[in-house]
Amino acid sequence: MPGEHSTGSTPRGATTPGDDLVVTGVSKRFGGVPALSDVSVTIRAGTIHALIGENGAGKSTLAKIIAGVIGPDEGTITLGGRALHMRSPREALAHGIVTIAQELAIVPSLTVAENVYLGAEASAGGFVRRRESRRRFRELVERVGFDLRPDAVARTLSTADQQKVEILRALSRNASFVVMDEPSAALSSHETDALHEIIRSLARAGTAVVLISHFLSEVLALADTITTLRDGRLVRTIAATGATEESLIEGMLGRSLSTAFPTKHPCATDAPVVLEVSHLRAPRVDDCSFVLRRGEILGIAGLVGAGRSELARAIIRDTRPSSGTVRLNGEELTGRGPRAAIRRGLVLIPESRKDLGLLMGRSVRENVSLSRLDLVSRFGWVSRARERRLVTQFMDATTVKAASMALPATMLSGGNQQKLLFARTLMCAPSVLIADEPTRGVDIGSKRAIYDLLTTMADEGLGVIVISSELEEVLGLAHRVLVMRHGRITAELSGANVREDAVLAAAFADSGVS
Amino acid sequence: MSKTTTDSSELATPPVPPSTPSLAARVHLGQSWRTAGILIPFLILFAVLSISSSAFLHTTNLINILDQQASTLCIAGAGTLVLVAGGIDLSVGSTYAFAGVTAGMVGQHHSLVLAIGAALAVGLVVGLANGVIVSVFKISPLITTLAMSYVIQGIALKVSSGNLILTGTIPGFTTFATAQFLAVPSAVWITAVFVVILALLLSRTNFGRYVVAAGGNAEAARLAGVRVGGIKITTFVLSGLAAALGGVIDASRLGSVIASSGGAALSFTVLAGIVVGGTSIAGGEGSGWRTAIGVLFIALIGNGFDLLGVDPNWQQIVLGLILLVAVGLDMWTRRVRR
Repeated sequence: MPGEHSTGSTPRGATTPGDDLVVTGVSKRFGGVPALSDVSVTIRAGTIHALIGENGAGKSTLAKIIAGVIGPDEGTITLGGRALHMRSPREALAHGIVTIAQELAIVPSLTVAENVYLGAEASAGGFVRRRESRRRFRELVERVGFDLRPDAVARTLSTADQQKVEILRALSRNASFVVMDEPSAALSSHETDALHEIIRSLARAGTAVVLISHFLSEVLALADTITTLRDGRLVRTIAATGATEESLIEGMLGRSLSTAFPTKHPCATDAPVVLEVSHLRAPRVDDCSFVLRRGEILGIAGLVGAGRSELARAIIRDTRPSSGTVRLNGEELTGRGPRAAIRRGLVLIPESRKDLGLLMGRSVRENVSLSRLDLVSRFGWVSRARERRLVTQFMDATTVKAASMALPATMLSGGNQQKLLFARTLMCAPSVLIADEPTRGVDIGSKRAIYDLLTTMADEGLGVIVISSELEEVLGLAHRVLVMRHGRITAELSGANVREDAVLAAAFADSGVS
Repeated sequence: MSKTTTDSSELATPPVPPSTPSLAARVHLGQSWRTAGILIPFLILFAVLSISSSAFLHTTNLINILDQQASTLCIAGAGTLVLVAGGIDLSVGSTYAFAGVTAGMVGQHHSLVLAIGAALAVGLVVGLANGVIVSVFKISPLITTLAMSYVIQGIALKVSSGNLILTGTIPGFTTFATAQFLAVPSAVWITAVFVVILALLLSRTNFGRYVVAAGGNAEAARLAGVRVGGIKITTFVLSGLAAALGGVIDASRLGSVIASSGGAALSFTVLAGIVVGGTSIAGGEGSGWRTAIGVLFIALIGNGFDLLGVDPNWQQIVLGLILLVAVGLDMWTRRVRR
């Protein structure tokens, strides 16, 4: 195996196969929040090494550090015993480390060969030497065994073939470490099989592949070694032989629910239904049906991209459902856009407060009153005194801390920004609240305050839906949990069945990657 | 004495001191920045002209400036709303001309009221068309209104055969804009009322809040229940109406009207006035009265150069540089705020 790896015509000589990449004691914080704590991993040349964990467990962060996209706060990375100090993907490339990200980096209007050699064209005096490029391309393709025409325009290729282009690009740069982040997420099952074969052949040729995947069956089928991360910490690194889906899931959770949640008040199972969604179909929402009762907190769990936010946006009619109905307090919700829903008492707190929630440059006051200016105005004229009074009242109710309500929202902490959206929501006096990722980018203290708000609102008779990628949050708050996958509701868990393993099993369930 | 002191100190339980007073101070400074950014240069220019030119600080000259700027002020007042809502209207120059021609042609055979009504109807239809194309068909406002400006100018030239229409000879037509009240022509009064209404609309009403929200973050505004499309359409309608009003004022004030007047030059002057006034071209921020100062600032430069006998070509150069500075300041304050 060693020695077979020299590729292309300009050996960079940075690495030779057989060198291991050793990550020692790496930590990384984002804005004070630890994303990785003291993680050590050894990636051996010529192996397929999978990184698994829940959303936010730190696997992408670790992959980015290995790929030089971001630098670690602490810890070292060595390659063949020499310390690496990479500050950019370009420097990582010089060491033979290449990333193939979830979003493909291909220029659609260029040909396959042009894409492969983009930025490293064989050139003479500024002119591209096309014949030389084609010769190199042929050599490369023969070695890897891909069937790709160099002249095909990248746009016309299937996603799998586009991925091949990226892989070829990586190999053309003498990559000895390839990091793949969710490579099969966008592929059909047929294409996935092809990709798996490619990954195996890369490893056979001496390249180390770091594979991040949500699909446990894929991990088990491909990987030689599996590293499990949880909450930014290393759980364990094990050989894939002998591992099962169950043992992997257990490794990804393996902790008791923290007591950081307010006590759940049981909700009457015969309480009136406030929201009834039946057979709703919309972009990335496939035939979803469920009911929500008065005083109930319903959690929606699932992986990123499972269609949870899309379901929320379809319910409030932000996207037009193609079929199905939404009934609010027994009445069918019609009309265009979120405005109709808000007027009827159905309010969404969207997932990204900066992009979808707040007017960041405008004052706290304007942000809170935006949805219900009619309450503070007469004949369309805003009464500032009345506005100040009402906004103060709702800011107090949601414990927003701001030096002045004239401050722009951008000056508030993440937690207080999120509470502004709750203040706006309370002002709408809703009967149903959908909170999408209500604690993303929020400090621990504010998290608890937001949990209290959600619980209080449910106790006061609202129906509350909490969408969250933090499983702990869904389990800690919800009376009942829906699990989504590929736009469908794949499981409904209630009572004693609301457990992490059950949610994870449903979220990761491989009903065929289609 | 000492008793009162203790009392008041007890009563006035100091509110929890803001955790970051320096931040708060910086923001308030940032807000007044925009106001100071146009007001101070305006006052300096005003003072300099008062000293350097004996003709400047005369009521006649000052009223003249206002009279000449009446149509531009009206159009820029409404244009501010369009810009704040995240749009832009380059068709105002052509709408101005078409409305003026319409008023002149209708006025020759019918009453003044009908003439003005017809002109305003033209502005309303153009504005509505712009708004619907931008909001419903999602075509960029820049392209929509640019295309519309050609269409409208073409129609205006077609219906008037490109001829000069004399309005000064129509009995009563000129009184609309030139009637004197308290030694100030009606054009100035109409403009003042119109601009004040627009400025208050933006700063004090629900509609104004929605305009700011639509331009500041359209997605967030929509999810908060704002009818973003309707709001944008309304700003374009107001802009069309204002352009028509400006056209009628000048048709009445100048005694004649021609389809080739206004056009791109007027559209750009209006835009320059709004931007110099500190309204952000990126939307979500702006004020009607700052726009008025911006328009008058540009007018003062022109007036001053005339009075001081400076080569008029310098006006263009100076105006261009001022525009760059204004936009540069806007970008800078945005970056500082992030």
